[in-house]
Amino acid sequence: MLQEQELKTFVEGTTNYFEVAAQQPASIGSPYLSEGSPAVHDYTGVINISGKREGVVYFTAPRAMLTVLLMKMQENDFSHETMRDLVGEVANTISGNARRDFGRDFVISVPNVLAGEKPEIPNLPGSRSFVIPINWRSHSAKLIVSLK
Amino acid sequence: MNARRSYKLMIVDDSNIMRRRIERSQNFDELELIGTAGNGLEALELFKKADPDVVTMDLTMPQMDGIECIGKLVELKPAIRILVISALADKATAVEAMEKGANGFLNKPFTDRQLNEAIADLIRE
Repeated sequence: MLQEQELKTFVEGTTNYFEVAAQQPASIGSPYLSEGSPAVHDYTGVINISGKREGVVYFTAPRAMLTVLLMKMQENDFSHETMRDLVGEVANTISGNARRDFGRDFVISVPNVLAGEKPEIPNLPGSRSFVIPINWRSHSAKLIVSLK
Repeated sequence: MNARRSYKLMIVDDSNIMRRRIERSQNFDELELIGTAGNGLEALELFKKADPDVVTMDLTMPQMDGIECIGKLVELKPAIRILVISALADKATAVEAMEKGANGFLNKPFTDRQLNEAIADLIRE
């Protein structure tokens, strides 16, 4: 079962990115449980976790949100590659936070970036996913945590 | 290092956004950007051509990671100053980088102020 502290680490890793990189904090919506693979947005950064726990954590965001985030970061390239780059950086930050808090019992992969509406996200059979809405300005992304 | 002379800066990061961000945000007149690299191998190639004095170095990169690259750069030029800029926030990683020869460590994400303070520490030691 997912522990509250574990969830907190992943959430803080995500919201911290917005607060520091864009100088504007994100807020979290009401988390909910989802069976199977929750729907994703345009760009998704996936971290695989093994060791003490097994599963995936991913951050998925719509292009519109990433565009505004890039603008806030003074970036003027809004290409597909830059969107992938950005979502990878957010996932990298989540991964780095997890390594700091969980230590080496958790083996955390380098983020993998997926684009498109139906990317193939690894799913553990029988696992349920925690979905945490990440709200920033008028946009909403999702942090999805699926661990055994 | 003497603050009056100028230093050649190399930025190493596999993220285009981060490379541009570091280039745009650093505000030191004494730093001259000589180029950027997307991984450790590219950094070594650029080093041979441009002989940088100061490097910002990501750690998680394809082909050759930052830890290995730091070791090689320090072997080639012991006086080089290296600031690690990484999302890896655990102490063990920071210690490993410093043992390889890095001179500073800054966690991603960072503010402009944090970046400039870290670079100031690096070049004014």
